[in-house]
Amino acid sequence: MIALLLRDLKLAFRAGGGFGLGLAFFLIVTVMVPFAVGPQSSLLATIAAGVLWLGALLACLLSLDRLLALDWEDGSLDLLATAPLPLEAVVTVKALAHWLTTGLPLVLAAPILGVLLNLPVPGFFWLIVSLLVGTPALSVIGTFGAALTVGLKRGGLLLSLLVLPLYVPTLIFGAEVARRGAIGMETQTPLLMLAGITAATIALLPFASAAVLRINLR
Amino acid sequence: MTLTVTDLTITRGGIPVLEALSFVLEPGRALILRGPNGIGKTTLLRTLAGLQPPLVGKIEGAEDQIAYASHSDGLKPTLTVTENLIFWALVFGTDSIQPAIDAFALNELTDRHAGNLSAGQKRRLGLARMLVTGRPIWMLDEPTVSLDKDAVQMFADAVRAHLAQGGSALIATHIDLGLDGDILDVGANKAKPGPLDDFDGGFL
Amino acid sequence: MSIAAKANALWEYANPRKFLATSERVLPFFWITSMVCIGVGLVWGFFFTPDDYKQGSTVKIIYLHVPAALMAINCWLMMLVTSLIWLVRRHHVSALAARAAAPIGIVMTLIALVTGAIWGQPMWGTWWAWDPRLTSFLILFLFYLGYVALWEAIEDPDTAADLTSVLCLVGSVFAVLSRYAVNFWNQGLHQGASVLRAGAVTGTDTEEKVSNIFFYPLLVCIIGFVLLFVALVLYRTGTEIRARRIKALLARERVGG
Repeated sequence: MIALLLRDLKLAFRAGGGFGLGLAFFLIVTVMVPFAVGPQSSLLATIAAGVLWLGALLACLLSLDRLLALDWEDGSLDLLATAPLPLEAVVTVKALAHWLTTGLPLVLAAPILGVLLNLPVPGFFWLIVSLLVGTPALSVIGTFGAALTVGLKRGGLLLSLLVLPLYVPTLIFGAEVARRGAIGMETQTPLLMLAGITAATIALLPFASAAVLRINLR
Repeated sequence: MTLTVTDLTITRGGIPVLEALSFVLEPGRALILRGPNGIGKTTLLRTLAGLQPPLVGKIEGAEDQIAYASHSDGLKPTLTVTENLIFWALVFGTDSIQPAIDAFALNELTDRHAGNLSAGQKRRLGLARMLVTGRPIWMLDEPTVSLDKDAVQMFADAVRAHLAQGGSALIATHIDLGLDGDILDVGANKAKPGPLDDFDGGFL
Repeated sequence: MSIAAKANALWEYANPRKFLATSERVLPFFWITSMVCIGVGLVWGFFFTPDDYKQGSTVKIIYLHVPAALMAINCWLMMLVTSLIWLVRRHHVSALAARAAAPIGIVMTLIALVTGAIWGQPMWGTWWAWDPRLTSFLILFLFYLGYVALWEAIEDPDTAADLTSVLCLVGSVFAVLSRYAVNFWNQGLHQGASVLRAGAVTGTDTEEKVSNIFFYPLLVCIIGFVLLFVALVLYRTGTEIRARRIKALLARERVGG
């Protein structure tokens, strides 16, 4: 399992691995927002938390179609499926690698982009906390979507169509934590809900992901 | 480990392709799989490797014993030859990759990225992967594609060494490897279509 | 016949041929009764009930809005059940019924959304509000779209049936989650589900109740929509079975049978 994780991390950092693409996308989306809605800092401060969450979510989505498709194309998935490692572990490790290379950098970059969007000071802490708790769920749910569409030639668009509705609860609670935090409201309830969603998806969804992957490998 | 296949029917896309297939593969033996293109040799290997369920029939002794090599080699172009092999060795829980490197004359290529290898060199690396799995039953699907004469010899030697150590191999190939193995021609097992007038749960 | 025997008899319809024969026999009944119920319900509701003292005649859109909304949700439930049956018992008809139901669900959701917008405009002064109930239906609509798109995208029918079934299962969990999330996110303008509450029916619940005079024609409409849904599902499942049979025959020809 550790070997697989290390290999995926290595692949992500090597040339053409796509590390940083999601981060760059996050940056660009965030920078485009003021162009679209106008530069008034009060308006930006109101929407900053939501925009940053949405940007992080889209950046996550962007890298999902490479998550399993590359291993599928070169036959690695067939070989991994016959290896002693259960597929449940494979998809969990894949999701973890995706989070480490995409989710975690987004969490770290979010406060800097928060400055650009005039995020109120108390919001920074809650933004980081909500992203830290919420992005693992995005990776795990995304892995499920990637496993569903892995056998398809042009699965990218379909992947987005399938995964985005599944992202709704995470987005609602995650952005709610950041938004409430920014205006000084209590954040405990949405944060607990967010943590609950993340914990439940990590615990249960890999079984579904492995099941659909098995079906796709047939 | 003896692989026993009894009365197997396999499907491709929901349609039976081979039926009533039975054979035994004992340790130290090689079985050469023959049959015209499209008969279902790849499907048979995938079924035996556990990637898809058979329609009917029993496969015994295959669980966690099979090293499967498909048409594609499962190599990462941005990893070096050594890194690729080490990865598969770790996944299968074995430690030494040197015998595999020696067997397929990859010594001079160890630090090259797999993406920079020629098709034949990639194939050699892909076959070397079989050695690092440590699994007793090899299943190879057209292993000699894009190999030159020397490399084919290398491969045949590797299979012989594997058999000598008590392993076994099931190889789908059309060239003569000079192996002392039995031939399994699946052409005779082509599934016969059932009557068309009354369709069942499978729509046939 | 004992219950167990009855249950066994039910599984016989998993045979596509038997299903086709039976559904063709019962379909005319469903077509006619559904049309009669919807016709009677709508005419009764539109022309023979008084205008609401607050909402005026706009209230009459309820006769389309509520049945469509009910069927939009029940259709997903039916897909969930048939998907489970497919995954557990591998009856092809079950998977095809789920496939056949999805476009009906999409249309029902759209009807509910559009009639809701038309109703909302005069009542709330806006075509659309991010009210929890409306938002949930919009999310349900997205789930339907994804489900249908996945069916369309996969060539192998059994793989498609398996993958869409798992998506339906996982999607159901997330749909319920979304419902609660959306509720938490915004409390909303929409009145509670006031039609099928016990109090609303018996008239003891004086808040937001739908009074009997509106309720009976509405009930007829709902029954009509249920019958229409059954008819459409049976009809479309038949079509799917035939399409699947053609596909199997073509595949068999390619194999050279």
